[in-house]
Amino acid sequence: MSEIILEMRNISKNFPGVKALDDVSFAVRRGEIHALVGENGAGKSTLMKILSGVYPHGEYEGDIVYEGKVKAFRGITDSEREGIIIIHQELALVPLLSIAENIFLGKECAKHGIIDWQETNRRTHELLDRVGLSERPETKVMHLGLGKQQLVEIAKALSREVRLLILDEPTSSLNEKDSDALLELLREFRARGISSILISHKLNEVSKVADTITVLRDGRAVSTLDCSAGPVPEDRVIRDMVGRSLTDRYPPREPRIGDTVFEVKNWTVLHPIDQDRKVVDNVSFHLRRGEVLGIAGLMGAGRTELAMSLFGRSYGRYAGGEAFIDNKKVDLSTVPAAINAGVAYATEDRKSYGLVLDQTIRRNVPLANLEGISNSGVIDRHREGEVAEEYRRRINIKTPTIEQAAVNLSGGNQQKVVLSKWLFSDPDILILDEPTRGIDVGAKFEIYTIIRDLAASGKSIIVISSEMPELLGTTDRLYVMNKGRFVGELPTSEATQEKIMSVIIKAGG
Amino acid sequence: MDQTLTSGRPEVASGSKTRHFLRANMREYGILIALVVIMAFFQFATGGILLRPVNLTNLVLQNSYIVIMAVGMLLVIVSGHIDLSVGSVLGFIGALAAVMIVQWQVNFVLAAIVCLAVGAAIGAAQGYWIAYFRIPSFIVTLAGMLVFKGLTLWLLAGQSVGPFPPTFQLISSGFVPDLFGAEEINLFSLLVGLGFAVLLLYLAIRTRRQEHKRGLVEEPFAIFTVKNALIFCAIAYMSYLMASFRGLPNVFIVMALLIAVYSFIANRTTIGRRIYAIGGNEKAAKLSGIRTERLVFLTFANMGMLAALAGLVFAARLNTATPKAGLGFELDVIAAVFIGGASMSGGVGTIVGAVIGAFIMGVMNNGMSILGIGIDYQQVIKGLVLLAAVIFDVYNKNKA
Repeated sequence: MSEIILEMRNISKNFPGVKALDDVSFAVRRGEIHALVGENGAGKSTLMKILSGVYPHGEYEGDIVYEGKVKAFRGITDSEREGIIIIHQELALVPLLSIAENIFLGKECAKHGIIDWQETNRRTHELLDRVGLSERPETKVMHLGLGKQQLVEIAKALSREVRLLILDEPTSSLNEKDSDALLELLREFRARGISSILISHKLNEVSKVADTITVLRDGRAVSTLDCSAGPVPEDRVIRDMVGRSLTDRYPPREPRIGDTVFEVKNWTVLHPIDQDRKVVDNVSFHLRRGEVLGIAGLMGAGRTELAMSLFGRSYGRYAGGEAFIDNKKVDLSTVPAAINAGVAYATEDRKSYGLVLDQTIRRNVPLANLEGISNSGVIDRHREGEVAEEYRRRINIKTPTIEQAAVNLSGGNQQKVVLSKWLFSDPDILILDEPTRGIDVGAKFEIYTIIRDLAASGKSIIVISSEMPELLGTTDRLYVMNKGRFVGELPTSEATQEKIMSVIIKAGG
Repeated sequence: MDQTLTSGRPEVASGSKTRHFLRANMREYGILIALVVIMAFFQFATGGILLRPVNLTNLVLQNSYIVIMAVGMLLVIVSGHIDLSVGSVLGFIGALAAVMIVQWQVNFVLAAIVCLAVGAAIGAAQGYWIAYFRIPSFIVTLAGMLVFKGLTLWLLAGQSVGPFPPTFQLISSGFVPDLFGAEEINLFSLLVGLGFAVLLLYLAIRTRRQEHKRGLVEEPFAIFTVKNALIFCAIAYMSYLMASFRGLPNVFIVMALLIAVYSFIANRTTIGRRIYAIGGNEKAAKLSGIRTERLVFLTFANMGMLAALAGLVFAARLNTATPKAGLGFELDVIAAVFIGGASMSGGVGTIVGAVIGAFIMGVMNNGMSILGIGIDYQQVIKGLVLLAAVIFDVYNKNKA
């Protein structure tokens, strides 16, 4: 067993009114991948912020022992100097700068303030090779996909002589292929003696790469599981995370499916800038009453674009196609028209597109249906409060009060606010784009239950998800999308992950 | 008073509840307290001149056009934009009014209506580029500022045009008539003022009752009482002071109406709610079915109209239109809105806050002038107050 590189001893941290961390101890050995899992609010981020110096020495109790010495980091520069580098879920790259400029930002290869570009590019090449990214150093970061941006972040960490790499939800917005590449990279780092701390909600990934798993729950370290003898069963990890065993990760349901309510024919959408590119290419599908329909596909297949285009042409340029509700042609050309027609779209990016973060739950919930709380343009504030309160109870938004700003809620609860907003607009057809992205296991189950109950009440639901088990667990029927086209359709009862992948590959994925 | 209340739980013990509530709403009460403190300071420093009836009336007249524009600017800034052209538009409309009334002998009512329409059209023209073509408002209105400054010069041919007929001057130099003809005091004005104070008190109590019935009360009783007693006394006392001079100025009535109407729009209507949503997160607002372009367009058209109204008031007050009218006013207006707690990035701010911000600037101008402080120091002090107000804001936000 190799030496211990980091030990966090008896760490406690209080916020006003909340004990975020309670006597947590945690150790990482040299050259291991140590997964840190737990529900949102369990204290993972707080622990990592203490480690990286965001919460400086003195604001917490306990000791950080790193490479044999007690450290008192006063800020993130202190911890970076020691080779502790944290990569946040929201990437911290400057989109308008090149890869090389981003990697050496703040640590430029310069003499007397004059940048040596040859040296910069040479070293960038080297670093990009190490992370397996074949892009030119001059390429602007904004032109890279999320997966590649993630690699640039890692290259940046390498340039700073990283010895302990902390990754916060690195794969939450990556597709399967990019995720696998990233995990492979962590394994390589392990071989070179670089330790990683991996924070993730995706337990299948955790069990693939982790040597050790530490589970946090309600600010305490509840268990440390050793995976050297073989992977720990996911059920065991989940039980520790939620403090009870989730026998089923998806609520059971008996679908009652009626007639076709929504039908789309030959829908085609062009890229907003590159107008020769068909992002959605001649897509036709139908949706029945009470049905949960899944759209599977790799990242970039055009699923979000299809959904947004259907919802008031909010993406790209419409280039043909018709939509029918109850066999009547409907106008979906603007968002208000789509809402009026009974369509709702809950975005994959709730922070940028779903919520007015600084406003309260009370104000966010009725936003898509202000008519429902007003008389001739004058808002009935009591009705507004009642509506928000009703959804808080019904959807179980965990907050002491509806006067809480959305920004202060956890991911799962934010998602519930987004759902409440759309439910209050009373749609017949609800499109949910990545409804459980970045939210914890317990909250996921609640979201699945909401989806089930909605379908049972006669609503029709389209779920877009990159997590195949989720599609398999919640839907009745699946379409597979690839490169802007629907390449397969199959009842969920006959579908498996392998089948879906093979459909994609056969279509030339 | 129509304040948006955000705060903690009802279960907390009463004393700490009051403190907690105050802290959570520091911004809203802080600005009001700041105005009171500044007024008290100048009242003392000027040996009582500040609140003399004559001076108080003057104070209202001097700041009326800033307040009128601040009301519109608040909506513009809440929607996430800015309007740098209002000073020039004010000058241009003053010039237009002068040319129409003085040189062309147009009836002043008709001229005023035309002027308001032209103001709205100017705002709409700028709003069109901002909303539908996504040209940054800073640039569009910077261009507008230059254009209308130039057009003012052209319209007046570089000269001052005046004087206006006395009926037009009444817009800003007129007072509410005294229907009772009492000797020492404009009794009707006093009654109007008192009536207004009583109405506000009644509305506040009614709202609180309703909230109570539904268990939604948030503001602790002590704060509610103190706040409303203060507001009541302040309005009653001001009305008394002004009534003992010549009565309530016409402009004061116009201002009060605008504040009431726009507060209502901002807080209680779907339009207001949507403007705040756009400023908070435009993309989310759009995907919630809000016609963001149209609302931004209308916000600018409204701003243009209010700038025109301010232009009429200002021209009537000076009794002449000069090429220099409105120079730099946009900065005072914008400063008032930010002092009043609005956020540069949009989505945050209140009408009442902006009005109080305007009066903080106004009282300081007036008080410092009475004290004989030079215009040089006045500028420095005003700049520092603006900076302090925003620092206070940011500090508060980070702490919360």
